[in-house]
Amino acid sequence: MRVGRVDFGGIVKAINLAFVPEARIGDYVLVHVGFAITVIDEIEAGRVFEHLRELGELAGDGAP
Amino acid sequence: MRFREEYRDPAAARGLAAAIARIVTRPWTLMEVCGGQTHAIVRFGIDELLPQAVTLVHGPGCPVCVTPVEYIDKAIEIAARTDVILCSFGDMLRVPGTDGDLLAAKSRGGDIRIVYSPLDALAIARAEPSRAVVFFAVGFETTAPANAIVAWQAKREGIGNFFMLVSHVLVPPAMRAILAAPGNRIRGFLAAGHVCTIMGYEEYEPIAARYRVPIVVTGFEPLDILDGVYRCVRQLEAGRAVVENQYSRSVRRDGNRAARTMMGEVFRVIPRRWRGIGDIAESGLGLGDAYAAFDAERRFGCVRAAAAEAGTCISGLVLRGERKPPECPAFGTHCTPERPLGVTMVSGEGACAAYYRYRGARAVGDRP
Repeated sequence: MRVGRVDFGGIVKAINLAFVPEARIGDYVLVHVGFAITVIDEIEAGRVFEHLRELGELAGDGAP
Repeated sequence: MRFREEYRDPAAARGLAAAIARIVTRPWTLMEVCGGQTHAIVRFGIDELLPQAVTLVHGPGCPVCVTPVEYIDKAIEIAARTDVILCSFGDMLRVPGTDGDLLAAKSRGGDIRIVYSPLDALAIARAEPSRAVVFFAVGFETTAPANAIVAWQAKREGIGNFFMLVSHVLVPPAMRAILAAPGNRIRGFLAAGHVCTIMGYEEYEPIAARYRVPIVVTGFEPLDILDGVYRCVRQLEAGRAVVENQYSRSVRRDGNRAARTMMGEVFRVIPRRWRGIGDIAESGLGLGDAYAAFDAERRFGCVRAAAAEAGTCISGLVLRGERKPPECPAFGTHCTPERPLGVTMVSGEGACAAYYRYRGARAVGDRP
């Protein structure tokens, strides 16, 4: 089973990658009980902020 | 850490709460079915940020809490054997069985080891071939693929001393049971983002249609939860009831295919009793026939139903979303995490533990 090194804000752990065959070096993954279960989609990650802008609740340039 | 701090921005959270207040015209009760979301709601005070018309109730989202008492009893019985090492996630150890908990069994000399991952249990089995190593496999769909692949790996390596005591549960049948209960007041769901990361959300579509409830797959950070509530309320106000995916950075419609394939290889769907709730058809996972050799119940005897639980603890009502923790007379007085009366105060994911940890005496003072 494929294993990768995952950096949790400074603490690096060996994490099983069997469920994320698409994961590449530099990807952000969600980890549960020692297994990566998804690769974070960085484009989709901005959706909630787009939604906030549509609602007019977020300044245009202050958001990530 | 990326993908965390930006979803905790207080100004954006207040903005979303204001947006919810602008669209809501009637009272709505929504339920989240994930202990992680319950904790975020209580920790960040999301319920207090919402307009009064929107009520969040906490569902049976804590896998440790819903594990039937007879499985705790069985784990304690197995751990008492001198030829066994019992491996468990840490928060199972203080869950009360009929007569004591696993921590007490450990203090009596049982070889009980806390593991972070089922992989650790398998490593112990490899290292200690002369003893039986039993992993207490509990959890929702989020944990099932990890436990499944460990059984698959044990079979591949021919490890004969590794067993699993399996008490896995599935979320959609529990949602159906809550919606079908007489007097149900839940009008919308925030579905658990990590469960859906594995399973996707196709199986929620018939539930939304049949019971006419919006179901929004939702993440765990404050902005995720508020966005989930906003989407749920927007549907309710428009008379719609469909599945939406708020947590699209992690969840795809068909979930994680590799993980689902492994679950299907190792487990089969079975009826399951939920502590505090009762029997729910097709709501659990057990080992499939090809993995029967790894079944701790086959090796150490079947789990038998325990007597009904007595006492004053209302954790069943809390798990079904019918009461909030501060409404319990024992909350924070006779029942604390140090001296818990019931499961929802024991587990790190339990609703009572969340209120106690983040609101403490204030929650007691708020008692209606």
